[in-house]
Amino acid sequence: MIKKPRLLSVLDVLSGMMILAAAGLVFFYAPVEQMMGLVQKVFYFHVATAWVGMLGFIVAAVAGIFYLAKRTEQWDITGFAAVEISLIFFLTAIILGSIWAKPAWNTWWTWEPRLTTAAIVELIYAAYLLLRQGVDDPERRARFSAIYAIFGSISIPLTFVSIRFLRTIHPVVIGTAETAGKGGFNMDSPMKLTFFFSLAAFTVFFVDLLWHRIRLGKLQAEVEKLRIDTYSNGM
Amino acid sequence: MKSYLGAIRAIIWKDLTAEWRTRESLTSMLVFALLVVLIFNFALELDIQAQESLSAGVLWTTFVFAGTIGLNRSMALEKDRGCLDGLLLAPVDRSVIYFGKVIGNLIFMLLVEIIVLPVYSFLYGVPVFQPGFFLVVLLGSIGYVAVGTLLATMVVQVRTRDILLPILLFPLTLPVIIAAVKASQGFLQMIPFDEFSSWLNILIVYDLIFTAVAFMVFDYVVEE
Repeated sequence: MIKKPRLLSVLDVLSGMMILAAAGLVFFYAPVEQMMGLVQKVFYFHVATAWVGMLGFIVAAVAGIFYLAKRTEQWDITGFAAVEISLIFFLTAIILGSIWAKPAWNTWWTWEPRLTTAAIVELIYAAYLLLRQGVDDPERRARFSAIYAIFGSISIPLTFVSIRFLRTIHPVVIGTAETAGKGGFNMDSPMKLTFFFSLAAFTVFFVDLLWHRIRLGKLQAEVEKLRIDTYSNGM
Repeated sequence: MKSYLGAIRAIIWKDLTAEWRTRESLTSMLVFALLVVLIFNFALELDIQAQESLSAGVLWTTFVFAGTIGLNRSMALEKDRGCLDGLLLAPVDRSVIYFGKVIGNLIFMLLVEIIVLPVYSFLYGVPVFQPGFFLVVLLGSIGYVAVGTLLATMVVQVRTRDILLPILLFPLTLPVIIAAVKASQGFLQMIPFDEFSSWLNILIVYDLIFTAVAFMVFDYVVEE
């Protein structure tokens, strides 16, 4: 049995507190944006969750490369954990974005580069999970998912660039006056503080979750091994 | 170098001969492609006016769907009869197998396209006979088959293989498909070349990136 590390418990508490503090800042500290009003507050968590989502997919691709080079189970567990967490965060980001888009653009959804790419990212990593499910041999499963994660991380920027080419209405966030018409805005310092604090809070939360998930993956692998041992001893 | 190309040619030749004896893959791809066109005809009410802007999309959807059938079948044949193990035992570089299969699959896909395009042109009066457009078709097919062959090799070793290939392949090849559709649209609607030539460049870049990456990881897909 692997004992729960002390640092992980500290991280649990820290991430919980940071998320609460971020929520506090969003609701009580950050000023109400003039043009869009209250709905703009969704933006702090929207960007933070999207950022964490992307972070996870980068972690998965890096873990994929390391797995192919080193062939240790650790990297496979890391990649799988990152994809699982990121799928949820990215979905959250899309939902939060829709809540913002309805008043800002007067529609829940548009086929705009970032939105479309976000949807495709979800599909690619859902396919990743389906692929894992289809392979029984753990070594082969690890190898194939590493390859697919690497391919996904190459395809996603290319998709983004191609759709970008077809024009965009998504605001460039910390923007200039010219983006204001599309729903962009200039942030004053309380807004910036809230924004970056939310980013930090979600990043810590992500690291915490990832750690937990990796631990869970290792425990799963250990249980599997114990089961095999018991069977072979019983024979 | 000579033996490398010779080995690639041997694999292509093997695929073509096997196909020539049964003609199973090509006929199913072709009939399937024509059925997709037929379905689009009713689903989108394609008439001479409507097809103008839709042709590129309809054609690429057709090629992509038909391509999936060919890719699945090409690797499934190797796996089921134990031919893949035989190929892997051959004293050649693994990339020979990859490029051989890619070119073989590409030939099948191009053959289907060569038949579908005139039929489509006949039905809707689309000006498909342009060298530039043929280049787009070729480049788009290369990108699609380069990734498709790699994933098909992966998928045949998986329990859920019949359903998995399109699920894995479509989202990954989306950039190629977007660029191919846009470039095709330019040629088919007679838009001045300057306005869409960058799509052609993008397509070439995508082909290079995807082929290079697939080439690099192919060893990991077939190792035992």
